[in-house]
Amino acid sequence: MQSLQWLLDLTPDEWNAVRLSIRVATVAMIFSLPPGILIALLLARGKFWGKSVLNGLVHLPLILPPVVTGYLLLLTFGRRGPAGAFLDQYFGIVFSFRWTGAALACGIMAFPLLVRAIRLSIEAVDRRLEAAAGTLGASPAWVFATITLPLILPGITTGMILCFAKAMGEFGATITFVSNIPGETQTLPSAIYTYTQVPGGDAGALRLTIISIVIAMAALVASEVLARRVGRRIDPA
Amino acid sequence: MSLSIDIRHRLGAFTLDAAFETSGRLTALFGPSGSGKTTLVNLIGGLLRPDAGRIAAEGRVLVDTATSAFVPKHKRRIGYVFQDARLFPHLTVAQNLHYGRFFAPPSERHGDLDGVVDLLGIGHLLDRRPNALSGGEKQRVAMGRALLASPRLILMDEPLASLDDRRKAEIMPYIERLRDETKVPIVYVSHSVAEVARLATEMVVLDAGRVVASGPTAKILQRLDLLPEEEQGESGAILDMRVASRDPAFGMATLASALGEIQVAGLDAEVGSHVRLRIRARDVLVATERPRGLSALNILPGTVLAVGAGDGPFADVQIDCNGQTVTARITRQSSHLLGLAPGLAVFAVVKSVTFDRTNTARAATSRAATNTDGVG
Repeated sequence: MQSLQWLLDLTPDEWNAVRLSIRVATVAMIFSLPPGILIALLLARGKFWGKSVLNGLVHLPLILPPVVTGYLLLLTFGRRGPAGAFLDQYFGIVFSFRWTGAALACGIMAFPLLVRAIRLSIEAVDRRLEAAAGTLGASPAWVFATITLPLILPGITTGMILCFAKAMGEFGATITFVSNIPGETQTLPSAIYTYTQVPGGDAGALRLTIISIVIAMAALVASEVLARRVGRRIDPA
Repeated sequence: MSLSIDIRHRLGAFTLDAAFETSGRLTALFGPSGSGKTTLVNLIGGLLRPDAGRIAAEGRVLVDTATSAFVPKHKRRIGYVFQDARLFPHLTVAQNLHYGRFFAPPSERHGDLDGVVDLLGIGHLLDRRPNALSGGEKQRVAMGRALLASPRLILMDEPLASLDDRRKAEIMPYIERLRDETKVPIVYVSHSVAEVARLATEMVVLDAGRVVASGPTAKILQRLDLLPEEEQGESGAILDMRVASRDPAFGMATLASALGEIQVAGLDAEVGSHVRLRIRARDVLVATERPRGLSALNILPGTVLAVGAGDGPFADVQIDCNGQTVTARITRQSSHLLGLAPGLAVFAVVKSVTFDRTNTARAATSRAATNTDGVG
């Protein structure tokens, strides 16, 4: 009982880190979903010039050192970067050294995992079912909404959970791009890192580590439950 | 309803070059596998775009490469019953049935769920998922789904091919009902003479991507030489006959038509109803004198119209019996020994037991009777 008390007895900064991490991961997951589905569709079904280039670009964050991705983000979306300056001037959106920047970094780092899961499920869809829906009068958009989308739902769920988990754990690109500001950009991994850099930070680091594990496990269980429920609807066997 | 086709389409080394017109209630596209039947229905349904040519249904041009006209499949309003049913696995049977209805313009919707469910006997399946259905049930649901989309034409691509003989026999009556009780014309792909003889009013024979023959089923099936060799034994005369009387004591029924009377064993049809009878050519004996002391009950007097000539071991003899043609497949040797030649008076002999469930079926109701308002 006492140990549990110790675990939940977080300082305000630690609470901030937990809340921020969940918020960053959720926002990263939600905002990368529509482009993720679109690009997965393009990669699974599209026939166009430069498809392998697009495929490479999507997978780049997976292979590059996270610091490189973070630095590229800083160059592009930083205040003086081309995209950053444009967004700041016309839409008032600032990424650098803000939690939104952390979400952007996490989203981009997790994007390949999301696209990959969805793409695999799209490739597994029986296209003959889509043709059948067409003969019943459904336009391509309706076919996608009523046949393809429900059939790839397990893949989408998996992709979203993977994306969330990756975003929760992202460190390198985030700290490079938006630094490690408590209350603004200090996510769980950055907070743990900070604790490991100061004397006597062991207890805090361990607390946050355990919390990370709990959140990750919860996400995993949630995805299993969801996938099973969706799977049962599609295939009761 | 009329369907007019004149197309050329290449698929790898295979070339389909087909032209025909049909206005039958159920038109069979008949031919061996690889003859282009499925390619042809895919072109009609809009699943494929022809290299060149024109397809029109009911005077509506579906595709015409000369004018670059192409109606996409979801706007063709042509139902398609696939060989593998293709029910949507994430929807229940009821949701599958409703699927196409949603997309049909309200003014063009015909048939209602209850009627279709009743017609196909699928009422007890509505809450199930497709995976919990047998092959035969899946095909019936697929037919219902296609029908409820209120199509102007239904394509069926060998809907019985993946079923065993018992299931086939179970489903055929439903296809007969579909043919006779709805106004939607059907194009039915098959490689089985038994199915075509039972179901089709018209047929188009395809071989290696070309139309070999087309016309009324009864006429085409008499021409055994048009059919693939392995199916020739199944072919023969197709006759629509009336049940004249029944003899429960012996379990026999007497059928009447211009041909004369034919005794059939164990027929399950009411007196006065019409049945379609297939007299397989290989079941017919030919005698030059009226045989006596013979167990066969059907001895039909007639005149030889033609004797099929060829080098093979068989001779197909066309016999005119009171204006109806009966085909007999005998050996060339027998034909030679009997001296069969056109004009010779002969007797066609058929055993009653050769008529079983596979070659007696309900007759296709005439178009005039079911289709008085001229729709369809």
